[in-house]
Amino acid sequence: MEAYTSILLFLQVIAMLGTHVLFATLGGILCEKVGNLNLGLEGLMLLGASFSFYVALNYGNPWLALAIGCLASLAGSLIYAFLTISLRTNQVVTGLALTIFGTGVSSMLGKTMAGVSLPAQIAATFGARSLPVLSKIPLLGPVLFQQSPFVPAAIATAVLIYLFYTKTSLGLNTRIIGENPGAADASGINVTRYKYINVLAGGLLCGVGGVYLSCVYAGIWQNELTAGAGWIAVAMVIFSIWNPLRAIMGAYLFGAVRGIGFKFQGGIPFFGMKLMINAQILDMLPYITTILVLLFINLRKKKEYNPPASLGNSYFREDR
Amino acid sequence: MTADSYADNQAYVRMEGICKAFGVVQANQNVKLEVCQGEIHAILGENGSGKSTLMNMLTGIYTPDAGQIWVGGQNVHFASPQDAIDHGIGMVHQHFKLVDVLTVKENIIAGSSTSFILKSKNISREIRETCSRFGLDVGLDLDKKIYQLSVGEKQRVEIIKMLFRGAKVLILDEPTAVLTPQETTELFTILKRMRQQNCAIIIITHKLHEVMEISDRVTILRRGEYIATVNTASTNAQALTEMMVGRAINMDIQRRPARLSAEPVMEIKGLRALGQHGVESLKGIDFTIYGGEILGVAGIAGSGQKEICEIIAGLAKASSGSVIFQGEEILGLSPIDILRKGISMSFVPEDRLGMGLVAGMDIISNVMLRSFQKKKGLFLDRAFGKKKAEDIVERFEVSTPSVRHVLKKLSGGNIQKVLLGREVDLEPALLITAYPVRGLDIGASYHVYHVLNQQKEAGVAVLFIGEDLDVLLQICDRLMVIHDGQVMGILDPGKVTKEDVGLLMLGHKAEASATVDADHEEVPAV
Repeated sequence: MEAYTSILLFLQVIAMLGTHVLFATLGGILCEKVGNLNLGLEGLMLLGASFSFYVALNYGNPWLALAIGCLASLAGSLIYAFLTISLRTNQVVTGLALTIFGTGVSSMLGKTMAGVSLPAQIAATFGARSLPVLSKIPLLGPVLFQQSPFVPAAIATAVLIYLFYTKTSLGLNTRIIGENPGAADASGINVTRYKYINVLAGGLLCGVGGVYLSCVYAGIWQNELTAGAGWIAVAMVIFSIWNPLRAIMGAYLFGAVRGIGFKFQGGIPFFGMKLMINAQILDMLPYITTILVLLFINLRKKKEYNPPASLGNSYFREDR
Repeated sequence: MTADSYADNQAYVRMEGICKAFGVVQANQNVKLEVCQGEIHAILGENGSGKSTLMNMLTGIYTPDAGQIWVGGQNVHFASPQDAIDHGIGMVHQHFKLVDVLTVKENIIAGSSTSFILKSKNISREIRETCSRFGLDVGLDLDKKIYQLSVGEKQRVEIIKMLFRGAKVLILDEPTAVLTPQETTELFTILKRMRQQNCAIIIITHKLHEVMEISDRVTILRRGEYIATVNTASTNAQALTEMMVGRAINMDIQRRPARLSAEPVMEIKGLRALGQHGVESLKGIDFTIYGGEILGVAGIAGSGQKEICEIIAGLAKASSGSVIFQGEEILGLSPIDILRKGISMSFVPEDRLGMGLVAGMDIISNVMLRSFQKKKGLFLDRAFGKKKAEDIVERFEVSTPSVRHVLKKLSGGNIQKVLLGREVDLEPALLITAYPVRGLDIGASYHVYHVLNQQKEAGVAVLFIGEDLDVLLQICDRLMVIHDGQVMGILDPGKVTKEDVGLLMLGHKAEASATVDADHEEVPAV
């Protein structure tokens, strides 16, 4: 029984640690499925995280904080969308600039917030709570539904996006744009409109991830709070082979490795002794894992595992 | 419908005074076109004559700078492809607008489904109904992925897609460019059936015999300008060429008898190789090539042509077999060593600039890419390069402002001349050339054939990988047909028919008639 409790506890921690990465990964998938490589995920998360934290701290209203956090990352992705879709700038450079921009803005905004805790209303609304019925499901209940509502919301979003891509005509049109915008255009699909909507929606999800990270998970501001989670998400998009359901797996794998790091900070029990591992090495684990995962991903050769064929390209109808 | 009745008949599609410029290039200048229902209308013109531009305006991809378009008696202004689709205009592009990783069904309904939730069964039924309305057999598994289909099947998907959208006007851009003779026959059957259903069909082409075979009327364009519209029945191939090119052209490729070298230049035995996904791409290729002959290679795209070229040039690895060049094994040597031995390659992939040339550099640098190997010392000898480049420009009639002109600003034909010229200039013992006339106009194509013939007469062994069977049969001394990484036969072009070659290309060895069998092992008389 004790073992069960500790496994449960560990799974809960995984879900907590993976949720913001899951949101950002889903955001990345939305962008890349319409052919837009978005390296600004990190910046968008930081925009969402810092603006929501600022509002939560100063006004104490959780919903307002969520709204403003989302608006901030929407604004960030609107800049990216306008540049890459309408002005057809290089997506890599534009995405990088967005990350630098988001990091800078969040640092500036965060100067006054460092080390201050959030008012209690925030945790009361967004903190862990048992959802009726669902929380009674064995295993899944405690792991997912006795947590912050953001945790099940992330999974629900992943499932919804999956259903959107596979079961709806709009989802099909979306996938066609990422593969071959010329074909989509010739079929009468409005490429620009789809691209804008998906890139903005992707930015919004990054923002939600940022809000969760600062207002729910951390509860306290520190500079560059995301610690590269946006970059991990860029890698997880590849790991998930652009499949929202596999993104759940990827994000929680990240959570698990992170969790292992935390667990063994006090040393690993070894025949009655304690093996101490340098804390920095434990902190590195998620990033090393990501690199290893990417190495393995590259071994897959199936055609369906390739990125959307027009990823990274701008589309201009009259190109010759 | 008789020829004269077109004049009385109200045209279903009418374009008048169409102009379109791209920068300084005037792609269309005051062009007109009239197409009736129940008609197959060919648009004939060389590369760069503005055929595709004209059609892209009819399908809403480009907007004309000037001119009027009427469809079904209504004056229309297309702002997007959707507008054109709404007016029943559908186009099958030369480079298919299909998504490889999606299924046939998904590609067909792209952008046209009215229900939010996709209902797979209903869609399949609707597609089948559409096809049967036109008397077409779907002949395809609708759940197959596009990349699993042959080229002919992909084209059929495009046609079905257009019919599914209710196209009354079907435009096909160079539809037979990549088809085998059998697939072409099948396509023409489909088109004739659609003509019976009162569709207006426009085919863009530069192949004269196809124009003669299938079209009711022809509109000829030259350098962006309208030349004439004629009834096919009242014209002939020679007259059409003259209108298309603007002057008379001698369309005979003279095949002079081969004077073979005593020893083979290259012998390939049991060549095997692995392709991209670990599938065997070459399954035991054997052939011998002598100096002073042109050995043609025919096959559907992707049958192993690229692999053969790359292995001979040392760019790819073989898993087994041997390549003996002038009595010496060259398998495993580096590309530079192979080049030094006298093997030259002018390989023209789908995009000419993909292999062998650097688009952003000038002609001199591109010429020197190869010839600097022969010079010693640390520094480049630009003067030597310049002289070479000027030689090539003169000998091959490359039209360019100067040899310092950046390559990508030249026209396709001129780029190809530079490539071929550079390789020939190295005075190789073996010249490998793949698709050397792709995208060239007629005049330039015949120039290339002439160069190949000259090389042959100079005693060079020429390996010519081509697509146009008519040309291959005319120019080659022997024709090797490959299918799926295997040699199906090495034929005497004087003794086989195009249909037999087509069957071999498809891998139907048994069905090809008797003339084909014997020669596989035959070495031509010296």
